[in-house]
Amino acid sequence: MKAGVIVFPGSNCDRDAAVAIERVCGTKPVMVWHGDSDLPQLDLIVIPGGFSYGDYLRAGAMAGKSPVMREVIERAKQGTRVLGICNGFQVLTETGILPGALMRNASLKFVCRDVRMRAEQTDSPFTNKFGQNEEISIPVAHHDGNYFADEDTLDALEDNGQVAFRYHNDNPNGSQRDIAGIFNRRKTVLGMMPHPERVIGDELGGTDGVKIFESLVAAL
Amino acid sequence: MNAITPDIVAEHGLSAEEYERVKTAMGREPNITELGIFSVMWSEHCSYKSSRRHLAKLPTEAPWVICGPGENAGVIDIGDGQAAIFKMESHNHPSYIEPYQGAATGVGGILRDVFTMGARPVANMNALRFGSPDHPKTKHLVSGVVAGIGGYGNCVGVPTIGGECDFHPAYNGNILVNAMTVGVAEQDKIFYSAAAGIGNPVVYVGSKTGRDGIHGATMASAEFAEDSEEKRPTVQVGDPFTEKLLIEACLELMASDAIVAIQDMGAAGLTSSSVEMASKGEVGLELDLDQVPQRETGMTAYEMMLSESQERMLMVLRPGAEEEAHAVFRKWDLDFAVIGKVTDTKHLTLRHHGNVVADIPVPPLVEDAPNYDRPHVPTPANPDIASVPDPDNVEDALLTLLACPDLASKRWIWEQYDHMVMGDTVGRPGGDAGMVRVHGTDKGLAVTTDVNPRYCKADPVEGGKQAVAETYRNISATGATPLAITNCLNFGNPEKPEIMGQFVGCIEGMAEACAALDYPVISGNVSLYNETNGQAILPTPAIGGVGLIGDIDQRVGVAYGDGETLIMVGESAGHLGQSLYLREILDSEDGPSPRVDLQAERRHGEFVRDLITQSLLTASHDVSGGGLLVAVAEMAMAAVIGASLDIDTTAGSLFGEDQARYVVATTNADAVLAKAEAAGVTASILGTTGGDTLKISGSDAISVATLSETNEHWLPDYMATP
Amino acid sequence: MKARVHVTLKNGVLDPQGKAIQHTLESLGFDGVEDVRQGKFLELEIAETDPVAAEAAVKDMCEKLLANTVIENYDIELVE
Repeated sequence: MKAGVIVFPGSNCDRDAAVAIERVCGTKPVMVWHGDSDLPQLDLIVIPGGFSYGDYLRAGAMAGKSPVMREVIERAKQGTRVLGICNGFQVLTETGILPGALMRNASLKFVCRDVRMRAEQTDSPFTNKFGQNEEISIPVAHHDGNYFADEDTLDALEDNGQVAFRYHNDNPNGSQRDIAGIFNRRKTVLGMMPHPERVIGDELGGTDGVKIFESLVAAL
Repeated sequence: MNAITPDIVAEHGLSAEEYERVKTAMGREPNITELGIFSVMWSEHCSYKSSRRHLAKLPTEAPWVICGPGENAGVIDIGDGQAAIFKMESHNHPSYIEPYQGAATGVGGILRDVFTMGARPVANMNALRFGSPDHPKTKHLVSGVVAGIGGYGNCVGVPTIGGECDFHPAYNGNILVNAMTVGVAEQDKIFYSAAAGIGNPVVYVGSKTGRDGIHGATMASAEFAEDSEEKRPTVQVGDPFTEKLLIEACLELMASDAIVAIQDMGAAGLTSSSVEMASKGEVGLELDLDQVPQRETGMTAYEMMLSESQERMLMVLRPGAEEEAHAVFRKWDLDFAVIGKVTDTKHLTLRHHGNVVADIPVPPLVEDAPNYDRPHVPTPANPDIASVPDPDNVEDALLTLLACPDLASKRWIWEQYDHMVMGDTVGRPGGDAGMVRVHGTDKGLAVTTDVNPRYCKADPVEGGKQAVAETYRNISATGATPLAITNCLNFGNPEKPEIMGQFVGCIEGMAEACAALDYPVISGNVSLYNETNGQAILPTPAIGGVGLIGDIDQRVGVAYGDGETLIMVGESAGHLGQSLYLREILDSEDGPSPRVDLQAERRHGEFVRDLITQSLLTASHDVSGGGLLVAVAEMAMAAVIGASLDIDTTAGSLFGEDQARYVVATTNADAVLAKAEAAGVTASILGTTGGDTLKISGSDAISVATLSETNEHWLPDYMATP
Repeated sequence: MKARVHVTLKNGVLDPQGKAIQHTLESLGFDGVEDVRQGKFLELEIAETDPVAAEAAVKDMCEKLLANTVIENYDIELVE
């Protein structure tokens, strides 16, 4: 799988994502600096976690408007798989590739801990290795993970099977309908607040993140 | 130019005698800019004028020490051509005045100390002391400090893997915020601060200079009066986003050979960085202040030299490397300016608007700084306590201790810190020591911070020993070998002989412990004048320890398994003086501190590490505040498995705070006991693990769920009440 | 000319920060604060001197960056 990780000023999970991809998929991804104009042909584009542009103005707002994201939007339209993790999810909602917005956690505090959730869909390139409603535990680490969309959008997400992951009796941020991650309509783009790249080995406290990367390889 | 009046001298925190020394050093009257520079360089914070002669007593060498105290941070060898670089620093006064920014910039400053030397920061820790939970300011301070540490550390993407947080009324007017950073570098890519190469360009990088924090260093060296909240404008504001860029830019440039010397601009900004670089290199520097990137207009030379704007560095480059360096900083959107050059004059010469505005000979500025032998009196020994009654009810006493502010779970704090970013956290907060894997290897660095200020107050020498020994134990308990420490020495007003006596006593104890444990001090920081209205804090020499484990798969945590045997390593004499049992159950802070047998500490630490290396242990935990029963309860809570103990139920046995003890869990008790006997180490079986309750020698069982609930509730409940 | 932009959360979007502020005001004894909505205030120094053109430009900035119109409203005030 040829994967690329977009690096913005302030990204800080770019290396973690690259390590996870290499460990699970066997090949090193390319790191794409936000200022580089040409994006190579890729099977997977990862927008990693962190604090792009310091989360100033709004988390993900400035990165969402960067030149490289225009290209990412194009690729997403063409069906290239895009995975946005944490700040990457925020960037994807800011660009409009994914609906809704990620607001300040209901607790108003940053939260970093393992969170129980369920994989709700098994028919996507990101989740085909999970069982239906499989319970998993993946850590979150964010200040703005409180998913918001209007009722119609939420209903549409449910109807179309676009809710990828849902917190299971363990909502860490107040997000609506316990949403932890969503797909675009075609399920070629996934945005999620939890960090699968942090649980790819027992020494790190878990392996539930592995299946997302394995799913992507299987879906090629 | 204004004449320097005695009032101006006093405003700069210099005594009349010190001002005479300034004139001698200069050979004339200084101007105001020069006076400002002297005042910060000769402040307690920069000159260590009260502490220097005592710090010299600390052991600083070992075969694995690459660089001891004196640079931005200390450096140790961790094998394979790699080095660990670390330091701890205080940001106490700014955090009291503006907790969020004070704590945040404290984290920023210590990160810079570490990456300045060529290391990528891999772990942050913090040691926090707050006033009584009942004090009206405490909650606000806890909330702001924790948010500030998280706000900065989370954004720069360095995991905060542990720390400590205690409460005591002695900190009501002076909280302590001590932050530690550990970084990893290649040994052939370590950068130092000595300027070299006459004519080489001096370069300023990072954020622009504004009027923030002017005189922070002198503020950090002055006792508080009640009106200090009026000093708010001098607190700097941190920009973690810029810091993250600065880390990446500096490390990128460091991969080339462009940098000759580099120094971060911490307290006293441009002044201390340029003076340090010139002094270490035995050269002069000539700076053109017009070239300094400025955020505000009309700044004077005085303001620029004393500004404490954050996220700035000073570098000396190889001649001709300017363009290469500039390109890196342009890529990261950071200011870059050549502001001067290295000279052979040994003078710090400053130009502004075409005029020389300061011209200071560097050697006397540094070497003639005051070096006081302050009068000090030893702390009188505390009398022994009368016999302590055994608990009426062991379960109630245990629950009371687990819910007390000092022992209550600090999850509410560390869940606000990203402790997993960088993907190498293999020992999360809440255990004995945090642990990060050295990226791309199987090695792990164990990191802990410890001190028991009540012990230090009652007996500075034993307290100083104990702080060092506890970090040694916490690291050993994971299986890692303790290698070196950094310290952050927080005390009251050194001009009072009894406070100075505490300082001298703690140093003596630390020095003894470092020598006995082969565990040198490689960096550190001193924070004095932590007093408000004459009330000093408890003597608090916070110790940050770092250890190395060759293979992280060998490490153990505090969570034991089912059906194992619990064994105590070490001996209980039932020492209850200064114990939490005494304080929480009997409302007394009396008695002497526990004695620290350093030979036993070393023997027991080595023994536990050997057992771990031989895969004989499934868990291990040091016994410290709260004593044996608290240690076992902490293991039970981490495991979510009960235990049945057959132990003596006297207060001393259950809750005594004798040192040099560990509780270990094993599936092969015979082997552990045999090895103990062979090693001449006392080891005794406490009981077995299993079930979901903790049973103590026939007393009523307590469910592990109740223990956890009790232990977890205090802090969130406290913070949630208005 | 100066443009002042106020960005606020849309009605109906939960504002946990506003709620917390309201709560704290109550605990400080300020009764009768029925609702608090917090937002952002930005001050832009712009070269454009024609108010109509300036307003149009700032509106465009709000739509594209300064506000997230999924959850936020904005309001522009021009000052000579």
